[in-house]
Amino acid sequence: MENDTIETEMTAEQTMTPSLEETRKVKMFTEDLKAYFGTFRALHGIDMRIFSNRATAIIGPSGCGKSTFIRCLNRMHEFVPGARTEGKVFLDEKDLFKKDIDLIEIRRSIGMVFQRPNPFPTLSIYDNVCAGLKLSGIKNKSFLNQAVEESLLKAALWEEVKDKLNHSGMSLSGGQQQRLCIARALAVKPEVILFDEPCSALDPISTGKVEELIHSLKENYTIVIVTHNMQQAARISDYTGYFYLGTLVEFGATKKIFTNPDKQETEDYITGRFG
Amino acid sequence: MKSHLRRRAENKIMTGLMFLFAILTIIPLISIFAFVITKGVTSINLDFFTHLPKPVGEPGGGMANAIVGTLLLVSLACLWAIPVGILAGVYMVEFAGPRIASTIRFTADVLSGIPSIVIGVFAYSLMVLPMRSFSTISGAFALGFMLIPTVLRTTEEMIKLVPQTLREGALALGISRFKTTIHIVLSTTLPGIITGTLLGVARIAGETAPLLFTAFGNRVWSTNLFEPIAALPLQIFVYAISPFEDWQRQAWAGALVLIMMVFVLSVVSRSATKRKYSFS
Ligand SMILES: Nc1ncnc2c1ncn2[C@@H]1O[C@H](COP(=O)(O)OP(=O)(O)OP(=O)(O)O)[C@@H](O)[C@H]1O
Ligand SMILES: [Mg+2]
Repeated sequence: MENDTIETEMTAEQTMTPSLEETRKVKMFTEDLKAYFGTFRALHGIDMRIFSNRATAIIGPSGCGKSTFIRCLNRMHEFVPGARTEGKVFLDEKDLFKKDIDLIEIRRSIGMVFQRPNPFPTLSIYDNVCAGLKLSGIKNKSFLNQAVEESLLKAALWEEVKDKLNHSGMSLSGGQQQRLCIARALAVKPEVILFDEPCSALDPISTGKVEELIHSLKENYTIVIVTHNMQQAARISDYTGYFYLGTLVEFGATKKIFTNPDKQETEDYITGRFG
Repeated sequence: MKSHLRRRAENKIMTGLMFLFAILTIIPLISIFAFVITKGVTSINLDFFTHLPKPVGEPGGGMANAIVGTLLLVSLACLWAIPVGILAGVYMVEFAGPRIASTIRFTADVLSGIPSIVIGVFAYSLMVLPMRSFSTISGAFALGFMLIPTVLRTTEEMIKLVPQTLREGALALGISRFKTTIHIVLSTTLPGIITGTLLGVARIAGETAPLLFTAFGNRVWSTNLFEPIAALPLQIFVYAISPFEDWQRQAWAGALVLIMMVFVLSVVSRSATKRKYSFS
């Protein structure tokens, strides 16, 4: 595994040569993706690849369309009244914008963790974790028990909550709530998980825990994470995309983006000479 | 310095005035309560709850049928009006476009402004005339119409308070729109909806006008849904304007029971806000 990572990064460091695609499987990609809020266009045709079992960071100044972009990936964007999309988003071979696509299935394969922890306030910790399973009709107690334990273990929260599973999800601290939301997303067994600034409402210690967690999730999941924190992007991501005013300015291996970006704008943003 | 003193004086006077007006609004409420309680308590006894009204001129008897009648009428009204109100409110916020939503809201506001006697006439022409009989169901129908606007607007206001991120959190788990609405949105707001609804129920429990030409009242025992039925407000009305002292006495007792029912409902509605952390 260790070798594998280094190798990929080396390959990727030779930038966007075709060999990059050969080494890593593309899990998702977008083609000329445009997103609108009413008549306002927030994304101006994004072409991007998201590699399997890797973490991809999305960076860029506030309002550049990072959230809009990842909300297109699980078709949450169109939930906003008046919002619509154009272009293409693929998950494996599936065209997510095809007319007869099953939205529920899409969202089960592509989980999402939001900026502010949003556990369901009327539900217990246990029910929060298995809400996705229970509400899609799974009733088998032992299956649910196992899913809850497994998800909480993966989310590094099990030890802290195993004795109070029937307490309200709101009784946890902010950082614990965010890990609960991660556990909740893991319980439905997604292939991709989208994180929208998952640590921006957390203190440094909780942030550290969540970061560590995201790092460990790469083994089994494909991760996309929006962040304002350059160090965080550098620490946990393998690939980085820099967005500016609704366009993807540069995309590449995180190492390359952070040490030797192709575009001057990218360098200015990363070194803090910008905005 | 002068202006400072003046400001202080103004402050004192204004605060005093506001206190006075606050007292003025409470006085009627307290005096109604005191009046009904003192008058009612002396007239109330076990017979009142267990006996039927006696024929004119005979002393004694009670309002057992009217108490049961009111409970039945109000329960039936709740049975149809609460689901309609809640579903309409949910539809309005979660699924309807802005045009339809504002149409529904406007309709509900108009409905709540219609005089209750008019609703009684409406129920009379829609149910009593075709069925050729005053009946329990026509009374419940009329009362339900008075309850719908309250339930609908409460539901709307409560559901609007649910943050969008909660819905998105559920949808992002692959939970359907419908189940998100029922299990996440509605269950989060249920305590608030229950409180508002019970306050509405308390109000219709005392309505007299909509029952005048629907439930009509009944001097004998009946729980038949298709026959006239007794109700506390109607019985109070008839007894209070009668020339017989014993009947007037019982009207006070009826008023006390009605107020107590409403009071209990209000208290229950406030304690119904206890939460539980599981799927029901
Ligand atoms: N609900 C909305 N209605 C209209 N315009 C919106 C809406 N949400 C976002 N926008 C606009 O779309 C653009 C992109 O917004 P987006 O939320 O994707 O930015 P972001 O990169 O996530 O910013 P931040 O870092 O502050 O979260 C912005 O110009 C914003 O004003
Ligand atoms: Mg954002």
